[in-house]
Amino acid sequence: MSYFERMDAVHMDILKEIGNIGAGHAATALSKLLNKKIEMTIPDVRIISFDEMMDIVGGADNVVAAVFLRIEGDAPGNMFFVLSIEQAERFIQQMIGDEQFKLEQDCSELSLSALQELGNILAGSYLSSLSDFTHLNLYPSVPALSIDMIGAILSYGLIEMSRVGDHVIVVDTAIHEEHQPDDRVKGHFFLLPDPESFHIIFRALGVEHDE
Amino acid sequence: MMSEIVQVVKVGIADMNVVKAPHVIRTCGLGSCVGVVVYDLAKEVAGMAHVMLPDSSLAKSEKMNVAKYADTAIEELVRRVIGAGGRNGHLKAKMAGGAQMFQFRTGTTDMMRIGPRNVEAVREQLQRFRIPIVAEDVGGNSGRTIEFHPKTGMLLIRTVNQGVREM
Repeated sequence: MSYFERMDAVHMDILKEIGNIGAGHAATALSKLLNKKIEMTIPDVRIISFDEMMDIVGGADNVVAAVFLRIEGDAPGNMFFVLSIEQAERFIQQMIGDEQFKLEQDCSELSLSALQELGNILAGSYLSSLSDFTHLNLYPSVPALSIDMIGAILSYGLIEMSRVGDHVIVVDTAIHEEHQPDDRVKGHFFLLPDPESFHIIFRALGVEHDE
Repeated sequence: MMSEIVQVVKVGIADMNVVKAPHVIRTCGLGSCVGVVVYDLAKEVAGMAHVMLPDSSLAKSEKMNVAKYADTAIEELVRRVIGAGGRNGHLKAKMAGGAQMFQFRTGTTDMMRIGPRNVEAVREQLQRFRIPIVAEDVGGNSGRTIEFHPKTGMLLIRTVNQGVREM
């Protein structure tokens, strides 16, 4: 845990603010895209084990739709936009204008690429706001979409972190449609900076973080 | 007749465990990770590891979780299965996982190919201990949940699109 012991309340607050700004911009983008009111939760920054991370989204074999972007540039890392199957269906229905659409029956190229594009726009606005805020150059990779078990998907983003320990610092922000407090129907943004990126982010914001 | 409650022993990410019949052992949501089972069928004992990375030389920390890396995990798994009654020379292995969950057109780094590298590393390590692999379901681009029954030597593999298969 030595790596995380150097994290104090100020560092955690900075990460929280990053989640706030990033997801705030993404929620605005989603709201414009769907012409709907979108609400977001207060960001949650936690240092947790890999298994605990899977539990945030219903356990390792819960099936979800996730868009994954690799962040390259000054502060590399991974970004996931994770949706429950129900929420992914709702978003696709609204984007392609077909209210009967179900992911199980119809995984057409169009619907999947709509979902991928949604993830691209949201994650892109999250990242560009983070980039503006920190004055760091951050470039998203082309997004990749997967509909599968959450454990199989998220473990991909844990690889870099797993080389330094058995815990991960996750910046988690959830968004949901207005009047949809149902727990199953929401989307999560997970920002997982690579271990080396934390001090770069902190330094860019003028806060020292001892190496 | 005594009926015993069958327990499902869980193996987390970068974790391992050993189980004896009638109990079963399970790990959930394998992506690029590899789930490897080492067992002695006659003794009805089995160990499972959820391997995340191919080699412990990738570790950047002093404190090491042996279950995380293929080279250290197989060694420890064999030791524990033998400790629980398995016999050297009678051990067999089954494995699943090592998928490539995301396809990238550009910028494929070595870390992105982690699935196939994990599979190769586990295979090498099993060879090192002369443990034959009697069944495997590796690669592809689907997540897997696996469950092993030490009584029958059966490995159940569940994927989202293909349901449950026995191996």
